[in-house]
Amino acid sequence: MMKVKDTPVAGLRAAANAVSKSGRLPLRAMFANDERSLNGNYVLYLLFEAEDGGFSLLTSRIDARQPLEFPSLTTLLPAAAWYEREIHDLFGLKPTGHPDLQPLVLHEPWPADCFPLRKDFTAAPEVGGSISVKHPVAVHGEGVFEVPVGPIHAGIIEPGHFRFSQAGENVIRLDPTLFYTHRGIEKSLEGLPVERAIYRIERTCGVCSVSHALSFSQAAEAIAGTEVPLRAQYLRVLLAELERLYNHIGDVGNICAGVGFAVGASQAARQKETLMRFNEELTGNRFLRGMIVPGGVTTDIGGELIRHASSLINALLPDFKDVVEIMESNAGFIDRCRQTGVLPRQVAADLAVVGPAARASGIDADFRRDHPYAVYDQLEFKVPVRRHGDVEDRLWLRVSEVRESCELIRQALAFLASQKGECRTELTFPAAGGSSFGWSESARGANIHWLMLDANRRIYRYAIRSASYPNWPAVALAAPGNIIPDFPLINKSFELCYACLDR
Amino acid sequence: MLRILQKIMQQGTVTEDYFMSAVPARFRGQLELNDQRCRDCRKCVDICPTQAIRLKKNKLSIDHDACLFCGACVDFCDKNGLRHSLNYEYAHLKGQLAESDGNRLAGKIRSVLGRSLAIRHVDVGSCNACDFEMSALLNPVYDITQYGIDYVASPRHADMLMVTGVVTRNLRKALEMTLEATPTPRLVMAVGACACSGRVFGKTYAQAGPVESIVPVDIYVPGCPPRPQALIYGLLLALDRL
Repeated sequence: MMKVKDTPVAGLRAAANAVSKSGRLPLRAMFANDERSLNGNYVLYLLFEAEDGGFSLLTSRIDARQPLEFPSLTTLLPAAAWYEREIHDLFGLKPTGHPDLQPLVLHEPWPADCFPLRKDFTAAPEVGGSISVKHPVAVHGEGVFEVPVGPIHAGIIEPGHFRFSQAGENVIRLDPTLFYTHRGIEKSLEGLPVERAIYRIERTCGVCSVSHALSFSQAAEAIAGTEVPLRAQYLRVLLAELERLYNHIGDVGNICAGVGFAVGASQAARQKETLMRFNEELTGNRFLRGMIVPGGVTTDIGGELIRHASSLINALLPDFKDVVEIMESNAGFIDRCRQTGVLPRQVAADLAVVGPAARASGIDADFRRDHPYAVYDQLEFKVPVRRHGDVEDRLWLRVSEVRESCELIRQALAFLASQKGECRTELTFPAAGGSSFGWSESARGANIHWLMLDANRRIYRYAIRSASYPNWPAVALAAPGNIIPDFPLINKSFELCYACLDR
Repeated sequence: MLRILQKIMQQGTVTEDYFMSAVPARFRGQLELNDQRCRDCRKCVDICPTQAIRLKKNKLSIDHDACLFCGACVDFCDKNGLRHSLNYEYAHLKGQLAESDGNRLAGKIRSVLGRSLAIRHVDVGSCNACDFEMSALLNPVYDITQYGIDYVASPRHADMLMVTGVVTRNLRKALEMTLEATPTPRLVMAVGACACSGRVFGKTYAQAGPVESIVPVDIYVPGCPPRPQALIYGLLLALDRL
């Protein structure tokens, strides 16, 4: 259900406006591809939700002999802002009229005409370690000062630089500088065969390992035109929900830690550890790595593991309920969370925010239900939605999702216990190569990948639009109006990955 | 308040020594090569995503620093010539702690840091799995403060840097500055395959090289990520407290 439309680059704004119904249908991904060796063009790909519940793909070619630029969509679709800056950094295609065209991904001063995601790019130039990212003083006025934080933080947190403009304790503005952990993963995959790429893609992010492996595998399976055995699909659901479960419970604990509520933090950390140990028992790896591969899953699970999983879930639910009740009954805790870090619905919609962050702000969207993959369309689950968009709603939303995940796990286990079958199949890719999207709903939201294979069945281009990508700009907008000691709490309530974003 | 006390009492103590819990049967630990079964087909060399398995003088050698413990080689070997054992205690020492005769420095460092170790974490381009396992050491099950080990907020308070990730170009400077801010005597631990080998994503435009090419490393804890028990083993090995 993907409608494809091509537009001349001069008409990109009008076409994007039409496809998105004046910005009402969210922009889910935007990336570029260097197809000069195939057709003499750079090509822009824009993925939108479609009215009929599917997707629309808008493409636009930029002739390599013409000026390397395209009209910026940012003033029309704010969600395009970071995508366009990234395309400018890595492909050297200029979004004309972009209101804030600073470097995003590459922090050092790179030589002109050196763009790493172009195909004729060979080796990275030696550049001195001086950092070229500028931090303009964002707010002027008497008594206004700046608080710079990071990239190395006080806790065990991934690196990012946050610059707060402050009036006393109140945050007036927050400017984040991210992409510190940019490892060049997309480029590193080019030229690899599918069966070897999985190990790198799975390691894009630790706590979204399953989601990344699943999005990639589904994209590869779509190109091969192969249906994965039913048992493998149920196993994939089991793994995806186990990933959501340990993430959400860990995050409930982190929100407690964010306000210094040690009992909640400690109890949730214990529950998360139980889940991580079960992950290792199931897959040999605490982050569920090494199980999902293109074509299915590597190992089946038998009766004993299924029984252990059932008893684990049965014990977890009342235990978790106790902790939730302790949190609910603590007025001091609730007071810190309520009306803190509000993400208004319209802002979430304009930035095309995904996952729990979107659902807590009243946006009813979940790829498991809206664009079903694996066997989610055969399973029963609810998609909780809340409307205040504050830390408290993001917290209770996760609590509700924990219960739904447990229900999904029970359904998957019931199937796995009752039926037998294959769980892996061979993939044969068409000789001409091909391209496809693959997606999954990670604990942070929709995780969308795009795979293009060349005529040698090797990866020509791979694009990863993780759930954290559209959500990070929203964090910067949820912070102003709060006091600076609440920022760690707000940040934890979004629980975004830096590694997922930076790649 | 009563509710909280009730829950804590019901729960009891969950803290354990790191070696107490059983290693699950499916755990993919140290690789073992069975020379008798190996038919020299070299499929494992071809499939290994980080070239951790190499052919040296016609013999297979396994570099655990680069191993992802992904199971690909075991999966592709038709003859069952390779298997993952349950061993996770494969941390090893180098640099100031190198085990050699007359290394008095190691003894001196241990006498200063041995009973109370303050650690600063530096993520230089990790996928966050190693970071989460480092956080797990603070949970009530592992509780590394029971060994006199804790994390601190600033490198100026630290005795050891635990470094996770491949060194990205965007973080190289931060790593160098963090080391410079750490008082001596100090130790550096490379945590996980990225930090130990720098080979997980091959060479790309965005990486500055493996950790050891930027700062000297004293302890290597392989794994992808190393399980919390492997981290504790590495810490106690460094302090000679096993």
